[in-house]
Amino acid sequence: MAEIHLRQLAHSYSANPQGHKDYAIREMDHVWEKGGAYALLGPSGCGKSTLLNIISGLVTPSEGQILFDGHEVNSLTPQQRNIAQVFQFPVIYDTMSVYDNLAFPLRNVGKTEAEISAKVKDIAYMLELEDVLKKKAKNLTADEKQKVSMGRGLVRDDVSAILFDEPLTVIDPHLKWKLRRKLKQIHEQFNITMVYVTHDQLEASTFADKIAVMYGGQVVQFGTPRELFEKPEHTFVGYFIGSPGMNFFEGSFQQNELYLEGQLISLDKEMKSKLAITPYNSLKLGIRPEFVEVLDANSPLLNKLNSNDNDAKTALLESCANCFKCEVLLVSDLGTYKIVTLKLGDTEFKARLPEEQTVPSGSVYVRFPGNWLKVYADEYLID
Amino acid sequence: MKKVENNKAWLLVLPVFLLVAFSAVIPLMTVVNYSVQDIFDTTNRYFVGVEWFKEVLRDPRLHDSLIRQFTFSFFVLLIEIPLGISVALMMPKEGRWSALCLILLAIPLLIPWNVVGTIWQIFGRADIGLMGYYLNAIGIDYNYANNSADAWATVLLMDVWHWTSLIALLCYSGLRAIPDAYYQAARIDRASGWAIFRYIQLPKLQSVLLIGVLLRFMDSFMIYTEPFVLTGGGPGNSTTFLSQTLTTMAIGQFDLGRAGAFSLIYFLIILLVSWLLYTAMQHVEKGE
Repeated sequence: MAEIHLRQLAHSYSANPQGHKDYAIREMDHVWEKGGAYALLGPSGCGKSTLLNIISGLVTPSEGQILFDGHEVNSLTPQQRNIAQVFQFPVIYDTMSVYDNLAFPLRNVGKTEAEISAKVKDIAYMLELEDVLKKKAKNLTADEKQKVSMGRGLVRDDVSAILFDEPLTVIDPHLKWKLRRKLKQIHEQFNITMVYVTHDQLEASTFADKIAVMYGGQVVQFGTPRELFEKPEHTFVGYFIGSPGMNFFEGSFQQNELYLEGQLISLDKEMKSKLAITPYNSLKLGIRPEFVEVLDANSPLLNKLNSNDNDAKTALLESCANCFKCEVLLVSDLGTYKIVTLKLGDTEFKARLPEEQTVPSGSVYVRFPGNWLKVYADEYLID
Repeated sequence: MKKVENNKAWLLVLPVFLLVAFSAVIPLMTVVNYSVQDIFDTTNRYFVGVEWFKEVLRDPRLHDSLIRQFTFSFFVLLIEIPLGISVALMMPKEGRWSALCLILLAIPLLIPWNVVGTIWQIFGRADIGLMGYYLNAIGIDYNYANNSADAWATVLLMDVWHWTSLIALLCYSGLRAIPDAYYQAARIDRASGWAIFRYIQLPKLQSVLLIGVLLRFMDSFMIYTEPFVLTGGGPGNSTTFLSQTLTTMAIGQFDLGRAGAFSLIYFLIILLVSWLLYTAMQHVEKGE
């Protein structure tokens, strides 16, 4: 087990990288702590697999250092780093039985047959492979093969870390959940540092304590699933995490006031002073669909009023802070909740509402609560 | 689902049937026809049943060349298969060097068989041949025309030179088809070089090796041109293989009945051994 520290790490597959575009991994500093369960989340081609292969030693980074417990391992082979890695597609040794497959990594380092047998049986029990131990590995189903692949990583309890590269891609959906639970249990039992690469946010948040979101060769946020949801530090995190993703609006900051679609947004003093000193090219305001309030007669804001007084209601809505009049474009009922597509100015956005709330057609007032409205300068959160 | 019988479909098989008939069945049947008759001339021919077969099977000349033939094929496989695999393993995986290797390997395969025989016939001569001359110069008494061990060594060496490339090329393509993930997994599993060969490369080469072994067995068992040009079967009868014995019998002595019976036995031996090799290797592949 080891703490893995990536120091000023960068990697380019071209010999003479010119600018950001040539880098698969852009310079980053990152620490995976000892014994943690981490997910590396990001879209295809963002550099997740490259990063994983750099950690395991299959790829040597072109710049920077990898430290295991403070020792540089850049020039060490995967064998020397003592790392286990499970790949996206099952890799099994065709001619061996399942037992021999699982025993292979242990035999390679000269463990005794007694130790091997005990360990293999342990893992076979955990992965429910006991019944097929004697079978030839090539005759297994895809699911079982991948379990064998995973098992080969898990039998080694002395490893620095176990890396998973989208290991459940080929697994049936109903088994996926079960295997993820298994991995989590194994993690709790042995406390091995685990890094799990995926492009599925659900998979990431059920497996990991902390998630690193990668985008364009960089880790743009490293935090708990909750932090990623409530406080995305990069517009990409907002967009990628959550279903549907975060809504973004063009913002403008003039004479010490913030405007959204030409309408004044209430802002505390601290935020204003930060905005005033931050240089930026573009300014965006983001809010999650879950936090958009669609105002109706039952809303706390309007509830106080005498419900029949329409003029007073309109006056209140027009004057309330962060309230906007929008056009309703589409209401999708998803059974347990509703997704409403709205239009404010020229920007379409979505709100997620409870199943029982009714949405009038035509126009409606929405409110963006100030604490959930995030400000992004050049895609990064101002906090 | 109920199968629909449609006998017109047989018509579609007819072209293949005709082709096979003319290329294989009819020629083979003429041999069968010869083998059961004693033919003196076009009007005097007698049906003799299996007499020729009995006689051929008792013929010591056939026994000797059969033993020689099996020994030859055995050594051919023993040398060429491991050598071909090693060459394939040592070849560069990509780039211009791999292209160069491929071209070099392909050259022996492109040379006509009688030319191969001629090349080695001259190469081995003690007076003007590079190999023969220098072997003698360093004190090895080498003369393939006089010494049967030298003749054997030269014939084997020639075959190895001629055909190892085939195995190497087959194995190279087999190795190239192994996904990188297997090697990566093996490195992660801390496998030694030998373990990688034994548990990844060799199993993945099994199907190309099956083809390679069968081809090399059949070809070496039928070898004719090269030893005929190189040694003419000598010295004595020491490098006279089955095909040459047969040719002498059929064309030299015009002993059609005996030669027909011999041909059929020859054919059956190749069929049987190929089947045995095939079954054995399939068995290994299934891993039972």
